[in-house]
Amino acid sequence: MSLAGRIFKAGPLPDAAGTRRRDTWLTLAACALGGGLLWLAENQAGGYVVHMLTLSGLFVVLAVSYNLINGFTGQFSLEPNAFVACGAYVTALLTISPLEKEASFILEPLIWPLSVIHLPLLPALLIAGLCTALMAFVMGFPVFRVRGDYLAIVTLGFGEVVRVVANNAQSVTNGPLGLKGIAHLTNLWWAWGLAGATLFVVVRLVHSSYGRALKAIREDETAAEAMGINAFWHKMLAFTLSAFFEGMAGGLLAHLITTISPSLFTFFMTFNLLIIIVVGGLGSTTGAVLGAILFTFGGEWLRVVEEPATLFGLDIPGIPGMRMVVFSLILVGVMLFARQGILGRNEFSWRWLLARLGMGRGRA
Amino acid sequence: MDLLQQFINGLTLGSLYAMIAIGYTMVYGILRLINFAHGDVMMVGCYAAWFGAAQFGLPWWVSLPVAMALTALLGVAIDQGAYRPLRRAPRISALITAIGVSFFLENLGLVIFGGRPKAFARPEIFNQIYQWGELRVLSLSVWTPVITALILAGLLLVIYRTRVGMAMRAVSRDISTVELMGVDSNRIVALTFALGSALAAAGGVFWAMKYPQLNPLLGVLPGLKAFVAAVLGGIGNVAGAMLGGLILGLAEIMLVALMPDLAGYRDALAFVLLIGILLFRPTGIMGEKLPE
Repeated sequence: MSLAGRIFKAGPLPDAAGTRRRDTWLTLAACALGGGLLWLAENQAGGYVVHMLTLSGLFVVLAVSYNLINGFTGQFSLEPNAFVACGAYVTALLTISPLEKEASFILEPLIWPLSVIHLPLLPALLIAGLCTALMAFVMGFPVFRVRGDYLAIVTLGFGEVVRVVANNAQSVTNGPLGLKGIAHLTNLWWAWGLAGATLFVVVRLVHSSYGRALKAIREDETAAEAMGINAFWHKMLAFTLSAFFEGMAGGLLAHLITTISPSLFTFFMTFNLLIIIVVGGLGSTTGAVLGAILFTFGGEWLRVVEEPATLFGLDIPGIPGMRMVVFSLILVGVMLFARQGILGRNEFSWRWLLARLGMGRGRA
Repeated sequence: MDLLQQFINGLTLGSLYAMIAIGYTMVYGILRLINFAHGDVMMVGCYAAWFGAAQFGLPWWVSLPVAMALTALLGVAIDQGAYRPLRRAPRISALITAIGVSFFLENLGLVIFGGRPKAFARPEIFNQIYQWGELRVLSLSVWTPVITALILAGLLLVIYRTRVGMAMRAVSRDISTVELMGVDSNRIVALTFALGSALAAAGGVFWAMKYPQLNPLLGVLPGLKAFVAAVLGGIGNVAGAMLGGLILGLAEIMLVALMPDLAGYRDALAFVLLIGILLFRPTGIMGEKLPE
């Protein structure tokens, strides 16, 4: 156990073993229920609803892992679009068949080892996750030498660099043309399976000694270092882990929309994730999940503002693009009037739910 | 001869970066806030000038000051509406708000003006070709650095020779002490935003003359690069921002001129430079303060 682990061993009040077993069973039951609902959705709901549900699963992965570095570790970074791009490109390059690759790389042929590789989705996703984590690891050395708003601008710069590279490295990324003919392999089970795995790992991490060290760094880095926490390596841990999951989510995203190009991975994507975690509550995994689902379905619902409407006898023509104006106003509004977001730093717990239902003893 | 031509181009681009960078550096010097919306404020300035010139038929020497004045108002409004309530909040909150404001301006621009680029007519005086021997230069490329230098000289005069300028410098040192001395810091901050935004508008109008296609996202990349220029020169330092802008402009043009193979990577150069600076000399060339 690390030094930090020993210092923070006190931790939360020890649960009685029975309570812990109860929580495990409840969680398993909830997973089974969720699986059942997914099965129901896959068989009963229309294609559009299934697509949106799949997309919201991917957003859950992205938001939860982005929240790990921004919310829990307090390192305000702006690079998820780079990680998603990396994951999407690596997965797509590994799974597209060599014939298809030859057909789409018109200007310059794909470089050798990539041009013959043809892997199934799972190994491709894992490789993509590892590649993205490696990229984050290398990035981390310069990035974590600065703090605060400098960190934000450096990570944003990295995002731009990745996009520029994707645009120019013809023989790997096919430049602005992007990659097409990616098989539509992502379904509800892939998306929500990855979401479940991400939630499991992130929740376990946050509740471990490492998680407490991350929060200590967020509250006061100098004090945390004085307590013997190696701030740099803890930040690196959170960063690479979030990159790993963001890369895998990027891979699944590529296999959901089947065509990727550099223009897909602009700062715009990061901006959407930022709205999700800010509205949900920076530093709350539950908030990130809630924010992701709200964002996917709320975004559809908000299409109302872009459609022609009749208000008090006045005909208002449809205003395309109005949705993003509303989104940015929501972000500014949340920052000005409700900085905690929906959940602040509160988390869902079974004890809370049972108390709510009148079945348990008091709040957690 | 070719190199000299490229040098002039670099100087022109650099002056544009410099004009935008000053707004960043002044706001950062006082509030420690990266005003993400600055590039988009510049975009609004471009559109204001375009409206003046194309819709109302104003000559450029009228529409430019009008655009600068309107943009200054916008800058003050953004500060008062979005940033001022967050003065005592954690700095990251203000930064997130700034990102929100930036996206708000971009998307509102897309809704109002549409995504189709608008042509920006170059005034006659900037559209001539000057010829010295083999050297052929667009008059705009000559005038941009000259006008930039004049504007900057005026700004330095304000900062170092007037009472308001003294107040601005004092506020950037220690805002609470200066308030105790009876200076209305909010007025000073508002003035900073006004000056910075007006300069951004001026920079933007010359940018639009150089690249005469207006679209609502045109401020994003110049804005980010100008911020890099401000860090390069030493953030919080006006003369440093000028120097940083010139260096960045020259570096970009020279990269394209000397290594045409890498021309596509031009937009990444600024960020690579930024990472380099933060690694080896985080205070920039002329800066004194360490970033956090």
